Amino acid sequence: MTTTFLTGERGGPALDRPPPAADAARERARRRTLHRLTAVAFQLPALVLFTGLVLLPMLFALYAAFFRWGGFGMPSDYTGADNFTRLFQDPVFLGDLWRCLLLVVLSLALQLPFALAMAVLLNQRLRGRAVYRMLFFAPYVLSEAITGVLFGMVFAPGDGLADHVLGAVGLDGLGGEWFADPSWVMATLFLVMTWKYFGFHMMLYLAGLQSVPAELTEAALIDGAGPWQRFRNVTLPLLAPTLRISVFLSVIGSIQLFDLVWVVTQGGPDHHSETMAVTMFQYGFKRYQAGYAGAVSVVMFAVCLVFALAYQRFALRRDLEGATTTMRGDGT
Amino acid sequence: MTRRTAPGRRTAGSRRTARTLPLHAVLVAVGALMALPLLYAVLSGFKSTDELSRNPFGLPGRWRTGNYTGILGSGDFWRLLGNSTLIAVATTVLVVAVSALAAFSFARFAFRGREVLFTFFTMGLMFPFAVAALPLFLLLRSLGLLDNPLGVILPQAAFGLPMTIIILRGFFRQIPGELEEAATLDGCGAFGFFWRVLLPMARPALGTVSVLAVVTSWNNFFLPLLVFTDSGWWTLPIGVQQFQGQYSAEYARVFAYLVLAMVPALAFYAVAERQLVGGLTAGATKG
Repeated sequence: MTTTFLTGERGGPALDRPPPAADAARERARRRTLHRLTAVAFQLPALVLFTGLVLLPMLFALYAAFFRWGGFGMPSDYTGADNFTRLFQDPVFLGDLWRCLLLVVLSLALQLPFALAMAVLLNQRLRGRAVYRMLFFAPYVLSEAITGVLFGMVFAPGDGLADHVLGAVGLDGLGGEWFADPSWVMATLFLVMTWKYFGFHMMLYLAGLQSVPAELTEAALIDGAGPWQRFRNVTLPLLAPTLRISVFLSVIGSIQLFDLVWVVTQGGPDHHSETMAVTMFQYGFKRYQAGYAGAVSVVMFAVCLVFALAYQRFALRRDLEGATTTMRGDGT
Repeated sequence: MTRRTAPGRRTAGSRRTARTLPLHAVLVAVGALMALPLLYAVLSGFKSTDELSRNPFGLPGRWRTGNYTGILGSGDFWRLLGNSTLIAVATTVLVVAVSALAAFSFARFAFRGREVLFTFFTMGLMFPFAVAALPLFLLLRSLGLLDNPLGVILPQAAFGLPMTIIILRGFFRQIPGELEEAATLDGCGAFGFFWRVLLPMARPALGTVSVLAVVTSWNNFFLPLLVFTDSGWWTLPIGVQQFQGQYSAEYARVFAYLVLAMVPALAFYAVAERQLVGGLTAGATKG
């Protein structure tokens, strides 16, 4: 009980003339109600905004997913789980799930370790590290739309920077269609995502590294641990909470990827770069199959939910105490 | 960096430079990969589209400013810039004000159901905007908010609530309880304490969440894409995409447009770097 403001217990009845017990109890109850009302009043605007524009739309998407519905008026043609059975026979949607998994695996296996390596590098006293830090993080503040248009031109077949560079170093054979080649489009998109996002994760790691006490690595050094041993046995365990958060953000980001894909390929060629969000957009806003689009939303929601809950249960539990998971009401 | 002056230290310094040479090589290589696309865009904006295919890397033979001045000279670019600014500022004011009230209640009041309610908000962090996009669009349509900046501002603020509340609650909790007692003794009610004591003290935190909100709003693409069919309301990310579609053959012009569209974001980053990074790391470690 340190910082609780207006607990509703403070400032009892005047001390000189104690009132009858019943009155005191009623007074306390009144105060508690008032206190509770005040607390809720402060939350009211947020509650209204959040419920009306986040929660209800999500619930409505869940509802609409069980109807054949064009998106005008209220849905009325109830079809049960038809949209979902259709969804899981749709090669494009199954492809979405596959591509989502691919991006997750690539991010975790390549992008995040790369970000970590850069963070460890820039955590040392090197000349110009502030400049590198600024430079690596800068793409994060550019919108995905701008990044997408930029790299659409960098990877333009034949005329773009990428092909020119490869040509200049005698690797013409490697250049080519990039975003237009079904077997290269995801790899190219992943490259762009890495360019844009690795700096963000690097910044998280740098912040985490700040909290690794120098005495620990020095002690390990005195004990004769090499750089790798020091990293593996001292730095990495202490960085674990930051890593877990970064993995979480990276996976959630991969599940909901839209802007970049829409700007660069619109899901093409022939659906080979389509993501769940792009499929949802196609059906909901271009083909007027809102019920089916709702089903895509629901699966996307379910994937996020299952991942978030499992991840919280198994990985984040310790880090988020008091933030999102626990129900401690100790008021501190 | 304390190596200078004393000669003995200089040898130590140069030895360290030698040892760190491979590290520098890595950094220079990665830095070049990061900077190259940006540099390429800036230089290409000064070329003609013809020159671009003949001389893709080099400095422009003649520095043509026409692409840049042409875009700056037409009102369109400025209108998009104005729209983006208006929407970002309004979103930020709204989300910070509403979140501050809620975070105050979460941080300083003890009432039953508080943590449940807090969890309710934080759940919002995990779910993609795309899930709600379609029903949200229908809702905005029935409210007559399509082609209306409020149609972007209100949902953006709503989706920004979870992160902002989490960060602000963390900061509000750190303000010592003695201050409340003092304020209460001086006759401050709950709102008086919030308004006259808490908010002024939390100014750095408010700055941090504001910077985050501005950047998020500025970069939003999906929502403006849904809400604005009238080009008069387009924001910069939409404008860039449309411009590229319209002038797809005129590479140099598109590059110039891209560069100009990047400038505000990068300038804002240069000014608010500390706040932005602080906000992201606070947000990431607190939830």
